[in-house]
Amino acid sequence: MRGLVELYVQQFKTSLASMLQYRAALVIWLIGHVLDPLIYLVVWSAVSRSRGGSVGAYGTAEFAAYFIVLMLVNHATYTWIMYEYEYRVRHGTLSFALLRPVHPIHSDIADNISSKVVTLPLILAAAAVLALVFRPVFHPVPWAVAAFAPALLLAFVLRFLMEWMLALAAFWTTRVSAINQAYFIAMLFLSGQMAPLALLPRPLQLIADALPFRWTTSFPVELLLGRVDFPLALAGIGVQIAWLLLFLVLLRLVWRAGVRVYSAVGA
Amino acid sequence: MRYLRLLWTFFRVGAMGELAYRANFFVQLLESLLELGTAIAGLAVIFTYTENLGGWKPDEVLALLGVFFLVGGAIRFMIQPSMEQLIESVRDGTLDFTFAKPESAQVLVSMQRVDIWKLIDVGLGIGVLAVALGRLGAHVSTAQALTFAATLLAGGVIAYSFWMILATSAFWFVRVENILMIFQSMYEAGRWPVSIYPGWLRVALTFIVPVAFAVTVPAEALAGKLTWRTLIGAWAFAAGLFILAHLFWRAGTRRYSGASA
Repeated sequence: MRGLVELYVQQFKTSLASMLQYRAALVIWLIGHVLDPLIYLVVWSAVSRSRGGSVGAYGTAEFAAYFIVLMLVNHATYTWIMYEYEYRVRHGTLSFALLRPVHPIHSDIADNISSKVVTLPLILAAAAVLALVFRPVFHPVPWAVAAFAPALLLAFVLRFLMEWMLALAAFWTTRVSAINQAYFIAMLFLSGQMAPLALLPRPLQLIADALPFRWTTSFPVELLLGRVDFPLALAGIGVQIAWLLLFLVLLRLVWRAGVRVYSAVGA
Repeated sequence: MRYLRLLWTFFRVGAMGELAYRANFFVQLLESLLELGTAIAGLAVIFTYTENLGGWKPDEVLALLGVFFLVGGAIRFMIQPSMEQLIESVRDGTLDFTFAKPESAQVLVSMQRVDIWKLIDVGLGIGVLAVALGRLGAHVSTAQALTFAATLLAGGVIAYSFWMILATSAFWFVRVENILMIFQSMYEAGRWPVSIYPGWLRVALTFIVPVAFAVTVPAEALAGKLTWRTLIGAWAFAAGLFILAHLFWRAGTRRYSGASA
């Protein structure tokens, strides 16, 4: 355990240093991540205006609150590991990671967290600007705000495991872009990226409940906005834990099978 | 005429290179269809709640989506690959060879690489456009068709000049791939009518990253929403930006010293 802590401390140091080297890339990343929720916020605001101010349980100010919180939750849970793995496998750089005495997932976790620490002030500034422009309204519920913290943490771990496992598809095929695209489409609709799930057709909502996607983003968002009642919040955290355990087991199996197929090309 | 022949040659070279990997056609087709399907599903969700998005009817927004695919496909077909190649060759010095050729170097770098599979997006865009126009029942008059062609051409010139300016900044900053990525994410905003965006963003999408001219204005022409002022403005802007891009290219090439030579 102490070894692991020391490992993370070192890994944080090196990844922070390398993140700060690529500041321009971080800003570009930021533009992309602000633009997506901003576009959908603008679209839904226009829809709500055309209906005299509200769509279902969402008024224009509630849409603003939803998409700004969504942006922040996405920032916390986002990974870019799928692009990374394709490169690692194709170029054989994974071989070096395999030689190390610890599981490669640890350095990825440290990388992910340190890049987010570096970009946190930027995304908070972006959220503040959006809040000034779009005037969101929040109806906070104390217990829900408290429950948000564990829900967000679980969402982060869950999304990380899910996307790390998806990234391992690179072991079997070099055409991962189509797989990634299918995943992003599922995320777009089923995790509340394009619209609050309550506004989707009923069948899609049921599918979203049954699959892991919404538990990685829209659930913590709705929790913080006070749109989830107490029993549902408890059930939600339970579902998050269940998915998390399932992904842990699956990840072990897929990783072992994947490393066996991997034959370092070009290393 | 000579340029058209050059273009045809580059197209043939690109096609020959890619036809060796025919499976890529199906991968690209699948990805394009998925993207189109996603966009249409998104529209379907939004239009269950309203019939009017910033003054645009559902089928008009569908037509806009068609133009978005058409123009985006055209950009990714030739402008983007060529500009990426230009940035690359400024960095590694292979631009030397382009200057050695007996043809305008700006013309050569602008069409030096084509990605033929992106024509799929162009085709899908035209298809969506046709369906949308059919549903609108719009009897597209000759005048409307002509203004559509004119604004589309202006939009193409604007998109080309804008990319050219971004790519020529490689002469000064060398590593500029990231700037291109900004344009790609901003282009996504063009799939919606620019009239829904708040004023400051609309200005940015019109003049800073000219998505509005490339997508919204041609779609306006088809939907019969175009005013003379916009048409003239689009052409004036296209002409101005084209000249600016040429000036950037001239200043950049004068600075270029050939890293490999």
